[in-house]
Amino acid sequence: MNNQLTKKKIDSATILSAVIVVCLYVAVFIAEQLIAPTSMLFTVLKKGATYALVAVSMNLCNGFTGIFSLGQAGFMLLGAYTYGILTLPVAERVNVYQYYGGGLVQFTLPWFVAMLLGGLVAALFAFLIGLPVLRLKSDYLAIATLGFAEIIRAIFQWDKLGPITNGSNMLRLFPNFNDFNIRGADGQVTVYLSTLVPLLIAGACIGIIVMLINSTFGRALKAIRDDEIAAEAMGIRLASHKRLAFCISSFFAGIGGAMLAMYQSTVQAKGFTTAMTYEILLIVVIGGIGSVTGSCISSFLFVAASEWWLRFLDQKQMIGGFEVPLLRNGFRLVVFSIIIMIVVLFFRQGIMGTRELPDLFRGRRKAKGGAKS
Amino acid sequence: MWNTVFPYVLSGISVGGQYALIAIGYTMVYGILRLINFAHGDVFMVAGIVMVYMAASGMPLWLCIPLVLVATALVGFIIERVAYKPLRSAPRMSAMISAIGVSYTLQNLVLYITGGLNQLYPTIPWISDSVTIFGATTKMVTIVTPVLTVILVVALVMLINHTKIGMAMRAVSRDFETSQLMGIKINSVISATFVIGTFLAGVASLLYFTNYTTVIQTSGAMPGLKAFVAAVFGGIGSIPGAVVGAFIIGIAENIIKGLDIILFKAGIISGPMGLATFSDAFTFALLIVILAVKPTGLFGEKTTDKV
Repeated sequence: MNNQLTKKKIDSATILSAVIVVCLYVAVFIAEQLIAPTSMLFTVLKKGATYALVAVSMNLCNGFTGIFSLGQAGFMLLGAYTYGILTLPVAERVNVYQYYGGGLVQFTLPWFVAMLLGGLVAALFAFLIGLPVLRLKSDYLAIATLGFAEIIRAIFQWDKLGPITNGSNMLRLFPNFNDFNIRGADGQVTVYLSTLVPLLIAGACIGIIVMLINSTFGRALKAIRDDEIAAEAMGIRLASHKRLAFCISSFFAGIGGAMLAMYQSTVQAKGFTTAMTYEILLIVVIGGIGSVTGSCISSFLFVAASEWWLRFLDQKQMIGGFEVPLLRNGFRLVVFSIIIMIVVLFFRQGIMGTRELPDLFRGRRKAKGGAKS
Repeated sequence: MWNTVFPYVLSGISVGGQYALIAIGYTMVYGILRLINFAHGDVFMVAGIVMVYMAASGMPLWLCIPLVLVATALVGFIIERVAYKPLRSAPRMSAMISAIGVSYTLQNLVLYITGGLNQLYPTIPWISDSVTIFGATTKMVTIVTPVLTVILVVALVMLINHTKIGMAMRAVSRDFETSQLMGIKINSVISATFVIGTFLAGVASLLYFTNYTTVIQTSGAMPGLKAFVAAVFGGIGSIPGAVVGAFIIGIAENIIKGLDIILFKAGIISGPMGLATFSDAFTFALLIVILAVKPTGLFGEKTTDKV
């Protein structure tokens, strides 16, 4: 903490981390041009980017501020619906809102505007719900935010709001990740960007969150997490800091929700259940509560393991004419849950603890220095 | 008017009794460990699944029912030993995350075993029979539930007030460390709490699934959450509070389910409003309101924060 008080200078570890991140992006760009777009790798990267953003936003609340919020699915739903409703092409509205006469909204916004609005709507609701809820303590707050997410889910399925939300029916046909590909005159894709752009969006948002965490505001949040009373005594305004952190976290959860809508290319309120929040919370825990890098790594690991690497557990496998027992539909999730329980019980620090990417290089160098002397 | 409302009130009382039995498990565990046992609703669901499989194995029902209750209590005991005991000295958030992990695990385990399909709950004779009271036709279970709930709650309160283990529970919930110093075996008290809580959840599952007839891996989540809300509403840590809260929530929820018809018959609205969508949401709205107005719940004890 000492070097943060002295004049900030960019050390080599930070530069090295930045170089690694840039290299990863370049690698993804090259891979996308060379490998067939149907490869599982890209599915994982797209969904991973979405989950990484949501996990980091949850970490901002739960890990850095100590507000144990379980409303993430609700805020994602708000973002996803705002995005879906506002970007749906006018010509398609008649088909999508077939039970509601084409719906009320009869204009289309560019995707980034709709995405930003999705975030803002989520933040607005976070502000409103924060008024009563943020006064509560840890587990009461958790259950109240969880309840809020359920209320939102019910409201969006209400038949009377059908002209706007399409009731309990699906929203579809809005622009998704594949529309980021640049197409030539003949309709053939010339440059594949459908994976890179989501990664860039998530990266930009996470970058903003990191800058926020490293600012005065971020340090105030950490102080609140470590000891509310001491923080208050040091002159940090608890209520406004908590509210702002909650709103910012929800803003990015909303953007994450919009990305999820783009990834799935459909939105339905019934999908944004408590189970989704739990999943994201478990990602945060596996990565390490209080580490942005950890959340990102574990999002990609979680998605890759559940969508790709552990898929074989769901099918019957033969090894040399011997059928491996237990393997059938659902076994993947059982193995997965057991891994999660082991992490929760025995590796409570998660993958990264509270360290970040640059800390890894710093730590290594410090250890080397120690060995020399 | 009364004829329209009465069936909803009746099923509300029935569901309320079932919620009450689940809510007791939440409130007792919270009282002692200060932990929201998110897995409690899933234990309730597991009890239903165990019953399905036991009945399918051809065992007679009179043997199944006690065995299911024992098995459920055992599940509760094992969960406490495996998932919560190692975290006793850890921050409260860790235990809560562990509870969420257990909930996730139980759901996935049941998904694997059942293949994710709705399982038909065996028909328990007598309580599945139809009866007609005051002009409303319903299942026997609707009448049995509140009676059984009251009997079990009275028995539980007697246990807590008049036995040694009950005294130990009260002591532990008042002050964890001091009661340990007084020679109370914390671990056995906590285990006993979990066993009682899950046993009651097992009873609730018998009644609840007789009414709803199918079980799936997610069917414990909603009743679990609602029972928890009931516990908070009544003042967490207080058993009578949980019971009263559960009945209020059960009745309110069922009236909202029928609100369209009730309002229509009363001439207030002219067409369907689709208000039944809000039957779940109302419970949570109630939660947020009570937390904002009176965070300690109806019968909760006042707590003071020490610096």
